[in-house]
Amino acid sequence: MTDPSARVKPTCFQELILTLQEYWASQGCLILQPFDMEMGAGTFHPATTLRALGPKPWYAAYVQPSRRPSDGRYGENPMRLQHYYQFQAILKPSPTDILERYLGSLEAIGIDTSLHDIRFVEDDWESPTLGAWGLGWEVWCDGSEISQFTYFQQVGGIEVDLVSGEITYGLERLAMYLFDKKTIYELPFNRTDSEVPLTYGDVFLQNEREQSTYNFEVADTDMLFRHFADAEKECRRLVESELPLPAYEQCIKASHCFNLLDARGVISVTERQSYILRVRDLAKACCEAWLVTQKAAA
Amino acid sequence: MAELLLELLSEEIPARMQARAADDLKRLVGEGLKAAGIAFTDARAFATPRRLALAVEGLPTARADVSEERRGPRVGAPEQAVQGFLKGAGLASLDQAEKRDTGKGEFWFAVLKKQGGPTADALPGIIDKAMNALPWPKSMKWGSGTMTWVRPLQSIVALFDGKVLAGEIAPGGAMAPIRFGDTTRGHRFLSKGEIRVTGFTDYAAKLRAAYVILDPAERKKIVLAGAEKLCAEAQVALKADDGLLDEVAGLVEWPVPMLGTIDGQFMDVPPEVLIVSMKNHQRYFATTRSDDMLAGRFVVVANTVARDGGMAIVDGNERVLRARLSDAKFFWDHDRKLRLAEHLPALKDVVFHAKLGTQADRIGRIAGLALEIAEYVPGAERAQVEEAALLCKADLVTGMVGEFPELQGIMGRYYALSEELPVPVADAIGDHYAPAGPHDRCPSAPVSIAVALADKLDALISFWSIGEKPTGSRDPFALRRAALGVIRLVVENRIRLPLKQFVKTDELMAFFAERLKVQMREKGVRHDVVDAVFALGGEDDLVRLLARVEALQSFLGTDAGMNLLTAYGRAANIVRAEEKKDKALAARIAGAPEAALLEQSEEKAVASALHDVERTLGPALKAEDFAGAMKAFAGLRAPIDSFFEKVTVNVADKPDLRLNRLRLLNQIRATMDAVADFSRIEG
Repeated sequence: MTDPSARVKPTCFQELILTLQEYWASQGCLILQPFDMEMGAGTFHPATTLRALGPKPWYAAYVQPSRRPSDGRYGENPMRLQHYYQFQAILKPSPTDILERYLGSLEAIGIDTSLHDIRFVEDDWESPTLGAWGLGWEVWCDGSEISQFTYFQQVGGIEVDLVSGEITYGLERLAMYLFDKKTIYELPFNRTDSEVPLTYGDVFLQNEREQSTYNFEVADTDMLFRHFADAEKECRRLVESELPLPAYEQCIKASHCFNLLDARGVISVTERQSYILRVRDLAKACCEAWLVTQKAAA
Repeated sequence: MAELLLELLSEEIPARMQARAADDLKRLVGEGLKAAGIAFTDARAFATPRRLALAVEGLPTARADVSEERRGPRVGAPEQAVQGFLKGAGLASLDQAEKRDTGKGEFWFAVLKKQGGPTADALPGIIDKAMNALPWPKSMKWGSGTMTWVRPLQSIVALFDGKVLAGEIAPGGAMAPIRFGDTTRGHRFLSKGEIRVTGFTDYAAKLRAAYVILDPAERKKIVLAGAEKLCAEAQVALKADDGLLDEVAGLVEWPVPMLGTIDGQFMDVPPEVLIVSMKNHQRYFATTRSDDMLAGRFVVVANTVARDGGMAIVDGNERVLRARLSDAKFFWDHDRKLRLAEHLPALKDVVFHAKLGTQADRIGRIAGLALEIAEYVPGAERAQVEEAALLCKADLVTGMVGEFPELQGIMGRYYALSEELPVPVADAIGDHYAPAGPHDRCPSAPVSIAVALADKLDALISFWSIGEKPTGSRDPFALRRAALGVIRLVVENRIRLPLKQFVKTDELMAFFAERLKVQMREKGVRHDVVDAVFALGGEDDLVRLLARVEALQSFLGTDAGMNLLTAYGRAANIVRAEEKKDKALAARIAGAPEAALLEQSEEKAVASALHDVERTLGPALKAEDFAGAMKAFAGLRAPIDSFFEKVTVNVADKPDLRLNRLRLLNQIRATMDAVADFSRIEG
């Protein structure tokens, strides 16, 4: 096993990801790949939402592209994106030295705790659409939030059997801090001494512009309402058929349709709550169905 | 005598929960000791971000066996009484109790034996029970365990008389028990390895050497002294903020204040914005210049001693702040691209409450009320009141207030000023949420008063109309605060507002009365005096009502007042006693006594004094000269005293005379009750 501290500190966005993957692999985590569907956060990945439930231990880490249509700024805000990356590590059951392991990951990515001020600031986490909550912290480095740390207590409205420790790194923000950049778009995506050095902006600026236009102006809302209704219906049907994994994908789909409709501004304040509840009901049904399969297998 | 040292080390405890948890731990262990019959001389509790610690001094090392007797109900008493006795004594059945003849009958007795023995044997159970009972506002499970704590519990120091207590806490599941021990850890980054301790003094000293200041009060002192020193060197002054100081002291085990600089490009953003952004997002202290304006420096309190003296930390914090303030500056510039009035259409989409419509609906109601109220507020120009009322909520849909909800009103005022609306309008927008509590500033400008009153009255009337009234501890719409706000606005500005014209239900009027009583009680006004005035009923002019209360309270503070109260009491007692015997009496003794039936000079003197009082009282009450009204009463005292000395009221053989005398006494009561219900005053 490679000693992560021996590794050269990351100098660009992709090395940050590589370092985190290598570090968490060394902690016994599976290194999974991103889930191939649009979702608002790494927590939606079945590797977190569903695996957090049931009696089986589970250590995993992965990058998840996250889409939050309302956060789009047409590439004009230096710190806000509608598509960004989260790195997520989930350790279930949470080991007693999980904070030390997390701090080890900071050392690995080049944060020297003898120079910097690391704090754990209370931050209770709740996902209304997933019916999930947990307690934990925002982790600050010199006043900058570099991760979120949560002990899951409930998922899909169900109290967990084993508590997962979930660590989420907002990669762009963390990279801006590490590489001292004022805008996301200036972040070096690969090494600046590469044969073809590219920045985050080279890779994603056009995407941010086009997707923002799509999210806010162009998305076909009639179609999205239909897709929401279809996904909702299909999810229910699949739960009935005792297929929690395909059912959950439909729940993810419904959630993303809702996020797009929300960004398009066609959901009123009162309706908004009812849509959130509809997604939560789906998530709950999927989680319950999943739990049945886990307990049966256990 | 021995010492108990307890330390519960955990992952980081939220700052806002630490002080309360330390107190609770002290209380619960103290109660446990008391229940076990173990005395102690002193207990001190401390909290840091990672630990709760408790030192209890002066414990005995052993206790003797104690037996205590408890008498129960009579033998053959009802089952309920027997069960109550058994439960109270901790017995399973009467087989465990004894029958004894006390001379007054046979009673059940319980003999409770409290096992003595080494104190060390009793302590683990007491600690376990206290930990179980400790009421964290929010707690959690971790790992595979089932126990809950604020965050994962890591280790426990439990020493008694220098020795480790035998005990452990089991988190449950597959997790290893946390055994009581004598080792802890120091600062998360500045100290390595375990620290072995022998007692409290050793513990506190070793923690200090391991970069942990145990006592929050000391951490606060260090923060304050350090921050002030840095400020003095930079020729600025620290902007005191006790709430922030408490929180910061709960975020660090080893406080190291550092001074940072606010990028100059942000200094034209309103200071409230900078202060809130620094405080809420970053927990920084603001500083001021000699002219009291916001200075371009801030204090951040780090939790570590950095290798480079803190350069990287200050640099990092300045960078974060720059990003934060860029956001704020963006909102400030962006929000001002529209006039406040242009933000209004968006309020049609903001639901105020499902049953009460949108913020736009609410603004309509507030504007209507504000104009009505303005009639009673001297100097409130109608056009300005209307404009301020219509614009007072416009800032709710601005970017800045979206980001910092606590700047509502404040931002509206700035935006109003920047579009050059009249200053009274801008101030009224800024002030209309005030006063937000008993100690908050109360608006005094006429336009502000009218709009602030309308805002609160609308909330009260509206929520009342849909049955959302505060109950017990539940007051989700802060209606108690709104009512107090109305009271303060009216009373402190002496606004002669006929509340009933606005508050149409008796129930809501009663709510105001209740709030007013609470407020006056808190100001030290005697509750019986308040009750005496409120009992009159029908008064909706709070200014007049309070004048009456004040006059009565100061009258009762004089000898004349107290003596008259005694006289009133005697008169009222006699009448009441007679009324009790004869239900029809009340009707027959109403009204003035007949002059022809007044026999003795003492009776006549009282009648004439009453007459004099009534002559002065009427005009005095009309002129709201309550002190004058009270003074008029003073003349009653001597005649009434002589009356009781010389006159027999219940003359048996002369019913007419008796009735007339009762009528006279009744009139004393009635006359005085016109000012306040004196029967409610406690002597």
